[in-house]
Amino acid sequence: MAREVHGMVEKRGAGLWLTHVLMILGVLVIFFPIWLAFVASTVTQAEIVRPPMPLLPGDRFWENYAAALFSGVNVPVATMLFNSLVMAIGIAVGKIVISLLSAFAIVYFRFPGRNVFFWMIFLTLMLPVEVRIVPTYEVVAGFGMLNSYGGLIFPLIASATATFLFRQFFLTIPDELAEAARVDGARPMRFFWDIVVPMSRTNVAALFVILFIYGWNQYLWPLLITTDPEMNTIVMGIKQMFPSGDDVADWPVIMATSILAMIPPVIVVVSMQRLFIRGLVDSEK
Amino acid sequence: MEKRVTFRGWWLPALLIAPQVLISAVFFFYPAGQAIWQSLFIPDPFGLSSQFVGLGNFEFLLSDKFYRASFVTTAVFSILVTLCSMIPALFLAVIADRLIKGSGVYRTLLIWPYAVAPAVAGVLWLFMFNTRVGVVSWYLGNLGYDWNHVLNGGEAMGLVVVASAWGRISYNFLFFFAALQAVPRSVIEAAAIDGARFWKRFWTIVLPLLSPTTFFLLVVNVVYSFFETFGVIHTITSGGPQQSTTILVYKVFSDGFVGQDLGSSSAQSVILLIVVGLLTVIQFKFVEKRVHY
Repeated sequence: MAREVHGMVEKRGAGLWLTHVLMILGVLVIFFPIWLAFVASTVTQAEIVRPPMPLLPGDRFWENYAAALFSGVNVPVATMLFNSLVMAIGIAVGKIVISLLSAFAIVYFRFPGRNVFFWMIFLTLMLPVEVRIVPTYEVVAGFGMLNSYGGLIFPLIASATATFLFRQFFLTIPDELAEAARVDGARPMRFFWDIVVPMSRTNVAALFVILFIYGWNQYLWPLLITTDPEMNTIVMGIKQMFPSGDDVADWPVIMATSILAMIPPVIVVVSMQRLFIRGLVDSEK
Repeated sequence: MEKRVTFRGWWLPALLIAPQVLISAVFFFYPAGQAIWQSLFIPDPFGLSSQFVGLGNFEFLLSDKFYRASFVTTAVFSILVTLCSMIPALFLAVIADRLIKGSGVYRTLLIWPYAVAPAVAGVLWLFMFNTRVGVVSWYLGNLGYDWNHVLNGGEAMGLVVVASAWGRISYNFLFFFAALQAVPRSVIEAAAIDGARFWKRFWTIVLPLLSPTTFFLLVVNVVYSFFETFGVIHTITSGGPQQSTTILVYKVFSDGFVGQDLGSSSAQSVILLIVVGLLTVIQFKFVEKRVHY
């Protein structure tokens, strides 16, 4: 009986094939823009400017990618990749470190003004950097941090999502552990390093994935504060590769750069899929 | 919820919380305060002094037809992005949920676009619809349709909507898929025994059970289309043609940085701040109450 019912709910036979076909069609449609960018990054400029361009890869893979990586348009793409890497890791690590510390303070201590700080941090949840760009730009310019990694990183770690996540998690750590640590005369920081941090490992990893992608994919902020091409990140640098006038864009190099820009986050997401999904669900709920 | 067991002392927690408080104060509270403060002034053309105008900037904005048009554009844009990202995602999730084997492979392939930055997505879609070299626009031309998003506002809107919704399909798919997997099999099977066909089961059982996820995603996608689509618009249309794709966040940028109109830009920031506040309240309400059928 159970098996027959099963057959009524999950698809079998022809229906199963149809389901797979629909799914594959869906995946193909979703994937098409990426495929086309890849094809464009392996053919010559001449093949692209005489439409329609081919739909299968050409033989210029190495030439186009080498041209992008080592000469680029304004600056070698390798430089932009490095800047993006520093920014993404800086944001992920920076945010995780300050959030772990402040969540620990808020959960495990009673100190004057604790609630004020808590609400202060809570408020930062609400306002994306896009909304306060002009004054934030002035602050960063005032500190002389234009065209610097500090300027790229600090304004984007001023948000409380991670603090909240850790606070929620710390509240689930059994009180007995803190009690035992206190009885043993362990100092708070010893408890933090030996118990709290190791227990938070999975949360830290999941958050790292989310924050890495968040940092890597930033556009508006690097666009404003990196006027020096040497400091451009790859995601904002692609648009700078388009010529301003009527000149024809160097499509194969631009598309190779687009592919290079998506490889690191795609690797992170696909290889850490389970952590990523967990981080996504945790950080939104 | 509070801890029963806590540590004593005040200087250690103060030290621990200091980095976050410092960074929030310098890069968040001060700029946000500045935005509110500057919104009450009009700087003179040389930026040497500014004149207090109270709510003048707001009054001007709300009577400005370009700003009102930008509100409408934002509303249309976010509704379309939300629909275009949620409906295909739900459809794909329902199909993937019916497969016993292989759904993991599809999931892996479908989450790719999430990792693609909005600005890069913009470049990919721009490439396909480019008026000179685009493959899709070329085939459309062969079919007798003359695609030109550089001149046609409706087509420009369509293109930025699709480019913005594309990466979000992955995100929504993951949430819908997880929610579908959590629907108890026994309920579905009971309905199947009672003779309910697939669509009947979907409308009467599955969809109502998905309502918390659906409402959550509605809010999150609206927030996304308000604030995180700047890259798409900047790479594809730069707000044009004739401001037909200038959403509110884009206008803060173009008035503040390109137009150098700081008073107006700050007032716009404050209005957006109120919008974010409202959306956040709605989000918390829905998430707290876990909307049910």
